[in-house]
Amino acid sequence: MADVRLASVSKRFGTTAALTDLSLDIEDGDFVVMLGPTGAGKTTTLRSIAGLDTIDGGDITIGGHSVAGLTPAQRDVAMVFQQYSLYPHLTVRDNLAFPLKSPLMSLDKAAIKRKVAEVAEVLHISHKLDNKATALSGGEMQRVSIGRALVRDPAIYLMDEPLSSLDAKLRSELRVELKRVQADLGATLLYVTHDQIEAMTMATRVGVLDKGRLVQFGTPRDVYENPASLYVATRLGLPRINALPANVFGAGAPSGATTIGLRPEHIRQGEGRSTRVTRVEHLGDQTRLHLDLDGHALVTLTDAHSALSPGDTLSVTPANPLWFDSAGARVG
Amino acid sequence: MSGLSSAWSVTEPSSRQKWIAGILVIGYALITMMPLLWVFLTGFKTPPDSISYPPKVIFEPSVEGYVNLFTTRTRVTPSQLDALPPPANFAEEIVRQRDMVIAGPSKFGERFMNSVIIGFGSTFLSIVLGTMAAYAFSRFRIPFTDDLMFFILSTRMMPPIAVAIPIFLMYRQLGLSDTHLGMILLYTAVNISLAVWLLKGFIDEIPREYEEAALIDGYTRFQAFYKVVLPQAATGIASTAIFCLIFAWNEYAFAVLLTSGNAQTAPPFIPTIIGVGGLDWPAVAAGATIFLLPVMIFTILLRKHLLRGITFGAVRK
Ligand SMILES: Nc1ncnc2c1ncn2[C@@H]1O[C@H](COP(=O)(O)OP(=O)(O)O)[C@@H](O)[C@H]1O
Ligand SMILES: [Mg+2]
Repeated sequence: MADVRLASVSKRFGTTAALTDLSLDIEDGDFVVMLGPTGAGKTTTLRSIAGLDTIDGGDITIGGHSVAGLTPAQRDVAMVFQQYSLYPHLTVRDNLAFPLKSPLMSLDKAAIKRKVAEVAEVLHISHKLDNKATALSGGEMQRVSIGRALVRDPAIYLMDEPLSSLDAKLRSELRVELKRVQADLGATLLYVTHDQIEAMTMATRVGVLDKGRLVQFGTPRDVYENPASLYVATRLGLPRINALPANVFGAGAPSGATTIGLRPEHIRQGEGRSTRVTRVEHLGDQTRLHLDLDGHALVTLTDAHSALSPGDTLSVTPANPLWFDSAGARVG
Repeated sequence: MSGLSSAWSVTEPSSRQKWIAGILVIGYALITMMPLLWVFLTGFKTPPDSISYPPKVIFEPSVEGYVNLFTTRTRVTPSQLDALPPPANFAEEIVRQRDMVIAGPSKFGERFMNSVIIGFGSTFLSIVLGTMAAYAFSRFRIPFTDDLMFFILSTRMMPPIAVAIPIFLMYRQLGLSDTHLGMILLYTAVNISLAVWLLKGFIDEIPREYEEAALIDGYTRFQAFYKVVLPQAATGIASTAIFCLIFAWNEYAFAVLLTSGNAQTAPPFIPTIIGVGGLDWPAVAAGATIFLLPVMIFTILLRKHLLRGITFGAVRK
């Protein structure tokens, strides 16, 4: 395990800038999650660290040494790919053993066997070891491809949306497992995803990517409570933050602010401006209220047994609003 | 496989449709196989039966054609025949019924071996070179890739025999005329463009991530190629190999032109059997039958790969 540092990394594909001036410090033992929509540059970041793509500018260091010019093998990283992770012509056992049999490792047969069994145990796939990789369910394939990384003990694990193809139940199970495994091993992990729940639940630190730029980096709580921009604020939190013209609740906006950002839980009910209820979603543990305020849609939460129904009137007022300027940057 | 069959089962044909389809397929197969079947049967006829009119469908089988194929014979007078000791084996017995004795083995065995060496040798070479070239074109940024690929294809835009005279002269200069090496190189040169194009298509279909995973895990580029790409390209390699073998195996024109003795293959040799002592159709048919076998066996051996299709089952979608 080691520190990994990206300094002003940039990467272009023809005329597309995939990464622009990206700097990132990953400390030993960190679980860093990079959050961003498709095309934000998540995969490119991982491939650049792994040495599969060469960067156009900046520098990457692993354990204090620049990796410029090193081959993927020399960088001592393990990677879980977004797609095509398992070799279809091999069994699960051979897939897991593949990284251990590389010329880099020089392990004896017994050690390989032990390591494979250990990882299979952790990921609950011991009973599938002799299956062909193609004869697995999506969740099992996923475990095996994570296992292919975990059999090694590299400077850093790079994971590219490893849970994105799974159903909700499996995903939440594997989230917990992965977090536990990381904590047990004390592993350094860079995990990229477009799923904010994965970012919030697993990360020790979250980075938010926007079109190849790192727009914020901090603890999940810090990024959630103090978003640097409207873009970051909309990336985290469900239901999404409400963005309304700054003056809908009257004066009080700091100078320069054009937008007020209200998280659903930052709306106090029973006072202030009156709104019309347009829709009520009972989710069991909570109820989502869709409100109409002068033609602006607004979503907030209320208790599970709320008696409100569409057409009712409800007055609301902001509590702890966030303010943004016309470019979406945070003000005040 | 199971995915495929369940996809079809949405419109499972009725049993009547299946019957009709089955009859059509079998009927078509019988029609296309008639000439082959006729050649096969002729190989087991006696020379008189083979040219009788009307043609005989029911006949007494004989291995005379095969005996004649593998031997050369000389005619003897009845008195000489009587003076001989009793025939040592069944072949001698058959030959003596036609007032002849076996003078020695024919050249067929040798020519057949030449075909095997040249056919399989050039197939092997085409596949080795073709796979490596296709891999390079598929994976590395090569300047003028499209132009080079077009150039490779363009080598097949005229019939190879159009350059027969230059090749004939060149081979004479280089001492490659009538050598196994010369024929292997020639057939490889003709097949390589097909091999590169077919194999590039197959290798393009194999996701790079497989090799990249291996590279990250510490394998060298060549090891990744060998351990990851080759097994997954097996289907493509098998079908390409069959195409290459069929061309090299059946090639006639260059073989006539460039080989006469040492490296002569079976195709130019078989017709020469006709000339030896009358029209010996059974021997020709026997030669053709044996000549068919290797390609048939090769295809059957690789059948599994041909039918299996490319399994990208381990892909998460
Ligand atoms: N090999 C490539 N060739 C050209 N453009 C690419 C290539 N890989 C990525 N890109 C572009 O770079 C940008 C970032 O891509 P990527 O890192 O794959 O995003 P993400 O993984 O976040 O979805 C996208 O605009 C994408 O189209
Ligand atoms: Mg991606």
